[in-house]
Amino acid sequence: MSTGIEQTPADGETLTEDELEALIGDRAIARDDHMNAPGFVVNPDEVQSVLSDLKERAGYDHLSSVTAQEYEDRYESIYHLKKYADASDEVSVVVPTASDDPVSESAEPVFRTADWHEREAYDLVGIEYADHPDLRRILLPETWQGHPLSKGYDQEKPQVVTLSEHANPLESDHRESGGESDTMFLNIGPHHPATHGVLHVETVLDGETVVDVEPDIGYLHRCEEQMCQQGTYRHQIMPYPDRWDYVSSGLLNEWSYARAIEDLADIEVPEYAQVIRTMGAELCRIASHMLALGTFALDVYGEFTAIFQYTFRDREVVQDILEDLTGQRMMFNYFRVGGVAWDLPEPREEFFEKTRDFLDELPAKVAEYNDMVTSNEIFQTRCIDTGVLEPEVAKDYGCTGPVARGSGVDYDLRRDDPYGYYENLDWDVVTRDGCDNYARVLTRMEEVEESAKIIQQCLDLLEDWPEDDREVQANVPRTLKPDADAETYRAVEAAKGELGIYIRSDGTDKPGRFKIRSPCFSNLQALGEMAEGEYIPDLVASLGSLDIVLGEVDR
Amino acid sequence: MSSDEPETRPRQTIHDSTAPSTDTRDSRIGEGVDDRFNSKLREAFGASPFILTKFDEFMNWVRGNSMFMLQFGIACCSIEMIHTYAIKHDVDRYGAGVPRASPRQADVMIVPGTIVSKFGPRMKRVYDQMPEPKFVVGMGSCTISGGPFQEGYNVVKGAEEIIPIDIHVPGCPPRPEALIYGILKLQERIQNGESSPVVVKPYELEQFGDLPEDELVQKLADEIDEDDLVMRYNWADSP
Repeated sequence: MSTGIEQTPADGETLTEDELEALIGDRAIARDDHMNAPGFVVNPDEVQSVLSDLKERAGYDHLSSVTAQEYEDRYESIYHLKKYADASDEVSVVVPTASDDPVSESAEPVFRTADWHEREAYDLVGIEYADHPDLRRILLPETWQGHPLSKGYDQEKPQVVTLSEHANPLESDHRESGGESDTMFLNIGPHHPATHGVLHVETVLDGETVVDVEPDIGYLHRCEEQMCQQGTYRHQIMPYPDRWDYVSSGLLNEWSYARAIEDLADIEVPEYAQVIRTMGAELCRIASHMLALGTFALDVYGEFTAIFQYTFRDREVVQDILEDLTGQRMMFNYFRVGGVAWDLPEPREEFFEKTRDFLDELPAKVAEYNDMVTSNEIFQTRCIDTGVLEPEVAKDYGCTGPVARGSGVDYDLRRDDPYGYYENLDWDVVTRDGCDNYARVLTRMEEVEESAKIIQQCLDLLEDWPEDDREVQANVPRTLKPDADAETYRAVEAAKGELGIYIRSDGTDKPGRFKIRSPCFSNLQALGEMAEGEYIPDLVASLGSLDIVLGEVDR
Repeated sequence: MSSDEPETRPRQTIHDSTAPSTDTRDSRIGEGVDDRFNSKLREAFGASPFILTKFDEFMNWVRGNSMFMLQFGIACCSIEMIHTYAIKHDVDRYGAGVPRASPRQADVMIVPGTIVSKFGPRMKRVYDQMPEPKFVVGMGSCTISGGPFQEGYNVVKGAEEIIPIDIHVPGCPPRPEALIYGILKLQERIQNGESSPVVVKPYELEQFGDLPEDELVQKLADEIDEDDLVMRYNWADSP
């Protein structure tokens, strides 16, 4: 499974572009190729048939993202499709709809994950999807007026928000007595210790069993896409990615934007900078997985004193190293378009020594975690065979990252769609077949060890790098203006999964549309599948094992 | 006991004024069976085991040294807030230790992150549930002004639009050291009996009567239950 080996093609399903064109046939009214993938323009009433053909007959089983945008004369939904077997094989389906009647067929019957993605498109841009099972606002309050990312939206308009959902759950109208069951409605969050931020989960309970789960998000929707659309490519966008997934995954997020813009503007990053990026990103992954483990232990057996504090002790060490490297503890803003901001801190030996000390101590710490957490009987009782997510279901919901890999879906963009320096290093993709909460935790812990292996190799490389070849930034023009109507969707493997960026250039120095595909957004959607029919403590465990960050879910 | 003279500490006055009477008492009770009363504290207080102060001052001192924080994570700053509670920075040293999960048990609320329109009423509700007296630390630039997201269509331009804030800690996010400094400043303020007056912002339903009847208010007026918490964000007037 080493990345040095060429990716094997999917089992006889890979179609060439001509075959794809033949498959779609007359339903494609035009071509609209993106820089990352061929794009087919499809009529709004043929979305389902085209997508199901692409899924069933061409093997595009991963709907990464749905981008919606408004042009002067039309609305447009773009379905970014990939294959779980080969992430570099992509295709886009572009669906234009008229400005005065933006109705398009929903993709939800083909891909479950389209449910939330289309609700977001409806909420922010205002495209309506026919056949959608539940088309209502997802990020903004129900009472919101207007669609903020559509043209002609007046941001100054006052808005009214009510808090009526938090009525007393024990009131008689919240009890539905029908037949034998006597269900109760229960609000969890948005201010609740187990929701990892400001998530609101509406649950229906039958006794202690969860009958229905409906995550209600949007309590941290801070207009990240609007912020990025207002910033110039060169410097003003890079600080924002740090704040999407704020669990110290800053560099991983920055990389997603860096990768997209470098692809769009055709910038070659120096190899030395790529090694530094790889090392920094993996340090971030360790910090992020440590927090995931600590908070999960906190959720599952209320362990505030030992495990939680131990993981935070280790995070402090990582944050110290990253602070030495980038100058900041959390919001690094260290990547630049075409490289990184500066070289390793001087004296370099000290930095190497500090990082190596951390790596040397890591195996003992991981062993300690295994002693205390994963081999703990209470922990195992809570985690094994709870929150089961079958691989097919995970794929249908577009799950990626440790959540998918814990369900045996072998999908890791670092290997499947190589970027940075990963393909020259020796490491393995961790997958587990347990499909339960326990498997997801173990996947993260093993990924920490793999990350340590990567950092070790990067350190070796950096130490021996010739002094006159330490180029940290490519030569990038002061003002970046990619060609008008250039479009690309680029993703990296962030701590939580596939973090993708879609950018459409409109010929100016700011993006025309900037869309973030967040891994947590898709992963969280699968919560219902994992928790329904289980006990309510297992719901909390499942939520913890998904390791969501609300900043990234809501953006 | 005159409070005008800064040098005259209450303890000093007590010591001086009670000196003769302890002589009498000491001669009556003699050495005693053991020296359990001769603690360090007693040495510091003088012979009298009592200390005279105003009850308010005493309560402020107690409050300042035993702050029950609310476990309230919103955004990025909450990660640094957890680091402040955790190993290395350990805010428990200042009597502000393990965060309480319920607002009904908390005295101090740290607002760690961006407040967006949907979360505004929730935060107000959590704040309302805290018992008086309550204090708020605004952590990070977002709670001051909206921070890097100030121009966002959905972002409340500072938590002070919704609840009164005692201490602002700037930074994006503030380092744990900065948050500790903010907490200590709050302690100081509580001990000195200072805190923000409680401000009720005009977003309760009855206030709608004064507003110009626009389309939106009209549309919602029928649907809104009188017990609901309603917020009207007037983005044009925001800073």
